[in-house]
Amino acid sequence: MTTTRTQARAPRVGESALRPDGIPKVQGRFLFGNDLWADGMLWGKTLRSPHAHARIARIDVTPALAMTGVFAVLTADDVPGSGVFGLEQADQPVFASGVVRYVGEPIAVVAADHPELARRACEAIVVEYEVLTPLVDSQAAITAAAIHPDGNILRHLVIRHGDIDAIGDVVVEGIYEVGMQDQAFMGPESGLAIPDDDGGVQLFVSTQFVHADRDQTAACLGLPPDMVRATVAGTGGAFGGREDICLQVHVCLLALRTGRPVKMLYSRDESFVGHVHRHPARMEYRHHARRDGTIVKVEARVVFDGGAYASTSSAVLANACCFGAGPYRVPNAFIEGWAVRTNNPPCGAMRGFGAVQTCFAHEAQMDKLADALAIDRVELRLRNALEPGDTIITGQRITGTAPVAAVIRACADAPFPAGAELDPDSESAPMLLRPGGAGRTADARHVTRALGFAVSYKNLMFSEGFDDYSTARVRVEDGIATVHCACAEVGQGFVTLAQQIAREVLDIDEVVLAPADTHVGSAGSTSASRQTWMSGGAVEGACRLVKAQMEADAAAGTVQRVYEATFEHHHAPTQRLDENGQGDAHVSFAFAAHRAVVDVDRDLGLVRVVDVTTAQDVGRVLNPVQALGQIEGGIAQGVGLAVMEELVVDQGRIRNASFTDYLIPTALDMPTVTVAALIEEPEPGAPFGAKGIGEPPTISSTAAVAAAIRAATGRAVDRVPVRPDDLLF
Amino acid sequence: MTYALHVNGAEHHVADGWPGESLLYVLRERIELPGAKNACEQGECGSCSVLVDGLLVCSCLVLAESVSGCEIETIERHSALSRVQQAFVDAGAVQCGFCTPGLVVAIEDLLDREPEPDELTVREAISGNLCRCTGYGRILEAVRRAVADPRAAVPPTEPS
Repeated sequence: MTTTRTQARAPRVGESALRPDGIPKVQGRFLFGNDLWADGMLWGKTLRSPHAHARIARIDVTPALAMTGVFAVLTADDVPGSGVFGLEQADQPVFASGVVRYVGEPIAVVAADHPELARRACEAIVVEYEVLTPLVDSQAAITAAAIHPDGNILRHLVIRHGDIDAIGDVVVEGIYEVGMQDQAFMGPESGLAIPDDDGGVQLFVSTQFVHADRDQTAACLGLPPDMVRATVAGTGGAFGGREDICLQVHVCLLALRTGRPVKMLYSRDESFVGHVHRHPARMEYRHHARRDGTIVKVEARVVFDGGAYASTSSAVLANACCFGAGPYRVPNAFIEGWAVRTNNPPCGAMRGFGAVQTCFAHEAQMDKLADALAIDRVELRLRNALEPGDTIITGQRITGTAPVAAVIRACADAPFPAGAELDPDSESAPMLLRPGGAGRTADARHVTRALGFAVSYKNLMFSEGFDDYSTARVRVEDGIATVHCACAEVGQGFVTLAQQIAREVLDIDEVVLAPADTHVGSAGSTSASRQTWMSGGAVEGACRLVKAQMEADAAAGTVQRVYEATFEHHHAPTQRLDENGQGDAHVSFAFAAHRAVVDVDRDLGLVRVVDVTTAQDVGRVLNPVQALGQIEGGIAQGVGLAVMEELVVDQGRIRNASFTDYLIPTALDMPTVTVAALIEEPEPGAPFGAKGIGEPPTISSTAAVAAAIRAATGRAVDRVPVRPDDLLF
Repeated sequence: MTYALHVNGAEHHVADGWPGESLLYVLRERIELPGAKNACEQGECGSCSVLVDGLLVCSCLVLAESVSGCEIETIERHSALSRVQQAFVDAGAVQCGFCTPGLVVAIEDLLDREPEPDELTVREAISGNLCRCTGYGRILEAVRRAVADPRAAVPPTEPS
């Protein structure tokens, strides 16, 4: 909401410029969505379903409305526009009506003059349910009776590539599972809505994609899009969990109904049901290879549990399948994927977006294959590594950079950092650094150290024909440049890059960032590792237009005081996948390798991740410190999925919706992270040659840790997160 | 219910407070000090860390009225950047920034007690502060920088 000025020093592209919001953030002055406040503000609160599947027999809001200090109670009957929303298909109700399909589904919202009163008013609403049997088995959902008018199949995708009947000399099989991970961003969902005099509304919301929020909210409010004036509020992390609508429609409905500003913010337990999660997946794999290690064919059948509503399940499944054979030359493939609807919590985007799940499976398969062939695991990967010009299993030829062998070699050959040597003096290791830490300390004699290795790849930007673009407006006045772009800053550091790019192109030191809002064209979502390329390119393009005009005027002697230009940056068009899952569906690919060293207590089944070393294909580093921060932070989430992070869902109900029970890595849990190499081969078509870097660190780090645990224990480790029971029984 | 809170050297009168309000809620919503953050409100994440009579606490777990008469220090206590704050900015320890104020308060508390901690001591001291963006790497680097800051030789900044 505030305009941020640049620091005195003015670094260009490629330097470690400091964040323009760094100082207000360390001082506690930076305003997040939940810090917002307005005169006469009311508090909104959501009543949610306690059942995974039930018919709603009756709702009586009168006891809540009768409470002094309660100003509105709204249900499905109060939605003036579309009753449903959704990023890919509008299938999710603003409020459940007639039926509830997951635990936590909104039933009603309340506005009151104190948050505690709003909570009590929610409790006073009477809802009578007829409880139904929940559909919680994703495999069964394929043929089960539909739990939604749109059916249970969110997507069924088949990739047929080459000779699907090809047979290898050696065949290895496995069945793998990934549990449900939560984004667990630190700043819970929050937003403030302020009614406008013309019947419209201002919305300030912590989000990844403010134009999608605006459009979906306007449709539900029955307003034209330009009457919903949406601004990205300070956003405390996202990781995919803020791409969908959560409270946007609710808070605007309450503001418009009461005529007063209304603020909503979710508690942590509510946040766990208030956003989508990483899809749990079950994956059956069969790899065929020649005796020399050449991969002949990959077969897979994957089932992703999308939960009650579609969200981005379709695109997640496409990624899982397209990259399901890994970054290897695979001439023949048959991959069948299902994304299904169940009464489990809705799943959608999370960092890595489908590639994480199948990477865990294909990398476990590669290790199995190496062992079956008696070939070194790293060597097997090198023999099959994709190169520029190769064709992937969707029939698409890689026209950009693909330094797969380079990331593998750099990572595998890196020296082990101090403390992570493979022959440790574990007797002298500090207690806190043993598996289990201070609480359940392992006996050093029972600790085994081992390493694992994994490689991954993923698309950058949106795929499958999506018209993906970003818009930036740049104004130069009195030697100061102002950049206006709706790119959501969620912590990734686009604000820093935008300044660096504007300085680089315009050769102007002072660059001001206008608020990210819907008064400028869409920037698309802060997801899919796309904003450096898409919005970075939009800022670059607008700056180049301004610069060209300035230079032309200077040459003509007609210099103006103000220059302004708007640029819409589209990436190269992509195709939909055909009925065989073939087509040039993706723009660009990024590759990464991870090597994990773990200590495992064989008696207790406890794991400590000691080090994760990585090499990553980045195109070009635009800001070294920020790149390091993305890599370290992404690996933390990958390590979390490997050894601790799982939403435990029982009959559709999340059993551990708190930071007491859903564990994310602390500073003591985190291994050292060693960046062996950032491979800088500029990507053709990418602004400044830079590839997105946010997701790859999360993708193969999980698989590498799992491989290391497998090596330490000899156990199958065919499921993540790895639980002590998996290593003992 | 009316009571006084002594925060960062200034007295604030809280009128019409509800007895169940946490110190975190009152700081944020009644006396306009939103620096302490509300990420979990269960004492698990440390983002609401403040000092009460010099003791590091999660303000979400403290009833506001119960610390009337105590000296409360929040992230807003500094009029200028402290060495820890400066080191966070310089080291790239800030991403989304939601955990940052709590971490700064916790690290300043650690360095007050232990001016030159080794890395394991730092990791343990901040293990009650969850960060989801950074993986803690740049935060540990910020602590190294703060320890090396020449200002470490002089007493910490007084409350503003």
